[in-house]
Amino acid sequence: MSNATQLDVTLPGFADPVEQAQACFRAVLDAMARPGTLRPAGEGLTPPAPLDPATAAVLLTLVDHDTRVWLDPTAAAGRDWLAFHCGTGFTDAPAAAAFALALALPDLATLSPGTHEQPETAATLILQVGSLTAGARYRLRGPGLRGTSTLSVRGLPDDFATIWQRNRAGFPLGVDLVLCAGTTLTALPRSVTVDRAA
Amino acid sequence: MLAAVPADPPADSPPNAPDEALDGALDGAPNAAPQDARRHWMSVLARAAADELATCLAATGGAPAYQRLRGPESGLVMVRGRAGGGGAKFNLGEMTVTRCTVRTASGQVGHAYVAGRDARQAELAAVYDALLQDPARADALRTGVIAQLAAAQAARRAEVARKAAATKVQFFAMRNMRTS
Repeated sequence: MSNATQLDVTLPGFADPVEQAQACFRAVLDAMARPGTLRPAGEGLTPPAPLDPATAAVLLTLVDHDTRVWLDPTAAAGRDWLAFHCGTGFTDAPAAAAFALALALPDLATLSPGTHEQPETAATLILQVGSLTAGARYRLRGPGLRGTSTLSVRGLPDDFATIWQRNRAGFPLGVDLVLCAGTTLTALPRSVTVDRAA
Repeated sequence: MLAAVPADPPADSPPNAPDEALDGALDGAPNAAPQDARRHWMSVLARAAADELATCLAATGGAPAYQRLRGPESGLVMVRGRAGGGGAKFNLGEMTVTRCTVRTASGQVGHAYVAGRDARQAELAAVYDALLQDPARADALRTGVIAQLAAAQAARRAEVARKAAATKVQFFAMRNMRTS
């Protein structure tokens, strides 16, 4: 073991990696297919502060040695834990990241929106917010939703609807967003339209 | 927690494991004692059977309270070689490896990578690795378990080598017979 790569890890990951990763993958899949629906994730997980169980579960499920992760400075405390359990590499350039982890909405324009030849290479932003049951209410429309649905989020900036509109305008390019709070997650794929509800 | 590993170098440990051919080949710095000591015990633990490890642990104070951080889990590792020892790298083949990481109640983190699929061996080896970093138990384990396991393994290797040596055909002997 070389000193340069010693990781300070004191907390476990999934107790049952196969079952729990599959359950969490299903939750993310469902949330992407039905934007804004709340799904449980990460029950029983004990991630390092400041990560919530749902955030940690999504990372353990999606991130591996083939993906580059960009960490928002506020989430840097989870770096060693993530490196140990996911074997992932990190990047300082948001545009080079396949996954971005943040505790406050970063500038979406700095993340990779994919290319017209390969829109699937766009970044997925995993954003931990204060709550998914209280806070500002948003009206969602788009594929996967019959009519509209509403989503409450505490922890997004006041002008989130405008920010998201810019992301939505580039479709099929754009960033996908997974929102996590506590042991709940939901997702806003790039195809969804978001308006501020009264 | 891992950063605590080199903090208490075991002064009485051998700087190099004499029976480790690989260690000798890799060893450039003679006074990297903590790393070498740990490399030695990890290699001894990786070669010891799960039953051996369990018996020895029970005889030297038993297993501590610990938590699994990762695994035990099995996977494939690509073994790479170099032609002639210094040539271009090539993939020799994949081998099955089981790894485990545990953290004891006293805060030490132990790792183990063992060949094969024996999850119990990997877990016990990781517990040993953590205990061997614990100053309170390291000395007893090093002299009571690691030294004995290393001696037993060396004896087994010597026995295999002796049996193999007995079947060696001495081609040069015939040449010697002719010339003498």
